[in-house]
Amino acid sequence: MRRLVKFFIVCVALSGSGALAVEPDEILADPAVEARARAISAELRCLVCQNQSIDDSDAPLARDLRVLVRDRLKNGDTNEQAVEFIVARYGDFVLLRPPFSLSTALLWLTPALLFLSGAFFIWRSARKPAAINTQSGDLSEEEKIRVKDITSR
Amino acid sequence: MIVEAGHFALVLALAVALVQTAAPFWGARVGDNRLMLMAAPAALSQFLLVLFAFAALIWAFVSSDFSVVNVYENSHSAKPMIYKISGAWGNHEGSMVLWVLILALFGALVAAFGQNLPMRLKANVLSVQGAISLAFLIFIVATSNPFIRLDPAPFEGRGLNPILQDPALAFHPPFLYAGYVGFSLAFSFAVAALIEGRIDAAWARWVRPWTLAAWSFLTVGIAMGSWWAYYELGWGGWWFWDPVENASFMPWLAGTALLHSAIVMEKRDSLKVWTVLLAILTFALSLVGAFLVRSGVLTSVHAFAVDPERGVFILAIMAIFTGGALTLYAWRAPALRAGGVFAPISREGSLILNNLLLTSACGVVFVGTLYPLALEAITGEKISVGAPYFNATFLPLMMPLLLAMPFGAMLAWKRGDLAAASQRLVAAAAVAGVSGLAILATQERGPWLAPIGFALGVWLIGGALSEIASRCRLFEAPFRESVSRFVNLPRASFGAALAHLGVGVAVLGIVGTSAWQVERIAALKPGEQLELNGYKLTFKGVAPSRGPNFEELTGTFELTTGERLITTLLPSKRVYSAPRTQTSEAGILATWGGDVYVVLGDELGGGAYSVRAYFHPLVRFIWIGALIMAFGGVLSLADRRLRVGEPRKGKTARHVVAAA
Repeated sequence: MRRLVKFFIVCVALSGSGALAVEPDEILADPAVEARARAISAELRCLVCQNQSIDDSDAPLARDLRVLVRDRLKNGDTNEQAVEFIVARYGDFVLLRPPFSLSTALLWLTPALLFLSGAFFIWRSARKPAAINTQSGDLSEEEKIRVKDITSR
Repeated sequence: MIVEAGHFALVLALAVALVQTAAPFWGARVGDNRLMLMAAPAALSQFLLVLFAFAALIWAFVSSDFSVVNVYENSHSAKPMIYKISGAWGNHEGSMVLWVLILALFGALVAAFGQNLPMRLKANVLSVQGAISLAFLIFIVATSNPFIRLDPAPFEGRGLNPILQDPALAFHPPFLYAGYVGFSLAFSFAVAALIEGRIDAAWARWVRPWTLAAWSFLTVGIAMGSWWAYYELGWGGWWFWDPVENASFMPWLAGTALLHSAIVMEKRDSLKVWTVLLAILTFALSLVGAFLVRSGVLTSVHAFAVDPERGVFILAIMAIFTGGALTLYAWRAPALRAGGVFAPISREGSLILNNLLLTSACGVVFVGTLYPLALEAITGEKISVGAPYFNATFLPLMMPLLLAMPFGAMLAWKRGDLAAASQRLVAAAAVAGVSGLAILATQERGPWLAPIGFALGVWLIGGALSEIASRCRLFEAPFRESVSRFVNLPRASFGAALAHLGVGVAVLGIVGTSAWQVERIAALKPGEQLELNGYKLTFKGVAPSRGPNFEELTGTFELTTGERLITTLLPSKRVYSAPRTQTSEAGILATWGGDVYVVLGDELGGGAYSVRAYFHPLVRFIWIGALIMAFGGVLSLADRRLRVGEPRKGKTARHVVAAA
């Protein structure tokens, strides 16, 4: 679990942590808690702008959610509790990283499935004895027409 | 009148496209030379007709003819001239005409420069190309006609979305489309080969330059879009994993794979079946992109012309061409098998690994983009798949690719020597390792992945330089020999090394700005200052001013280090009059080490303004890297072996024999 959380944090950091939207008055005094709030915000979808996280969105609703996240953290919530609180109200839809479940299993397994099935396919076709060119040297009727075609140009 | 003439030319182009589709195809089937010979003039005249229609549309925009619905809805008389012109393709209808224009242009280029193509192949290629044109021309005329008049004509237009009134975005669509549509030619060649039931190394030699050109355009187009997002959207993000970005990224990934597998096919007559499939899929993904952007099935910051009827139409075009090509593929591909044999450790083997990783990555982007849609359609469950998912799944596939890239370029065809290749890469590995450790030692911030990513970027650059050095036998042969080898190096090898170097440069930029970005958000009053990455940023105040079609409020910020004034940054907030929209223009100081990026926010009361200041380390390397990649592609295109029309110099006979 700890490794998972670590990976989680890395990915947040790699996804870029800028903000168009966070206003000076929202920022918490404690930089550690503020950093946690930013990390959480980058994972939550703005319900107004749809394709932006609440960290990037300047919609009023996104602002409300950012403030809500910060309030929860200030009151001693862990990151997970704060996210759960939001999900309980808005559903899994707000999570930009869909949780692993029966309906998202295929989504999360896609990279491994694609890579492994591709690798298997390559391994299988490489094991097959090299294709021997069984075609005879004679030209087919169609090919004779083509040759005529080309030479007559 | 000019508008009506353009309208007429468009409909005429449709009729010509119909002839271009039917006549050469039938001629190739029954062996009628006269019918096959119709292909080239049909393709040329179709191009000229669409060009005329497009010019007429631009004329309507330039002269602000608001009696044309399209001009009324997307232009305004007070707009600067460049945006009047770019407004012609800044909307759904006009951009479709541009799409068909490029489609017809590629067809015309084959018609004009493809004298060395076997007649039957050329006829089939132009027939398929004509069929694609035909489908999109019917689409335009039936659902998206840009020439429809308005009566009575309004006095003034509604204006172009101000966010699109930007130099990079004005030329972003033409590049992007040249890429998307350029892949149509690889598709047409693939389908033509399947119709004929034969394919060989010569086929790959004809396909590769077109793919390379399309790929270079697409690279530049994507880079422009990303650069625009960086400076226009107000916080320096450059990639959002937005569905529309993904739509352009998927053909790029598939096209990159195609570029590499076509090399194997050309050089070793191997991977035929796979290359044909990739050629089909790459263009199919371009069509998927067109569908996603224009149908409104996905919400996106970029989507335009959201209209279900058009969506269904494009879906039908996509289904017919992709489905038809894949059916033909399933039927004919088994006949194409055969080819060179090679060991797993070889240039071929490394290019297969490249294809495996690139297509897996492409598949991940595809599934991630469409999964929410499919899940909602099947179960009604609504989920979101955003940047965190793509970063978590895409990076693990990309990192081995980047790691393996320099090895691949060093391996010999058929049977490579990994130990010898590694030996030639020792210097690159050493420099990469040292730079990674140096980052680890000096940067206390940032994720643990960052030093690894940085080292990978250096590794790629070092690998590309080592490749060139070893091709010139630098330090092995006398210096003069190395110089003459360098001068005579085939442009294709040079282009490939350069493109790989570009990837390394882009990786450095991506890692730098993702890992070590500095952000300051503050409420500043005039005279107050904030500290940013060793710089001091002093807010001097704001002043209103007027532009041609907007009013703006410009903030003045002095950037100093110590006592020395470096520059004055002037971020502004603009309010455009038509349509009424607010945009923010960042103040940016670009340096090699990174960009200082300042955005002026709203007034907070008491004379204080909300100010955001960022330092984006190494960010410009992302786009420089992309430009180097595209330049590598163009350089490779200039190689003698690939030059269009080159084989005419007495080599025709050999080529025809190779083809037959």
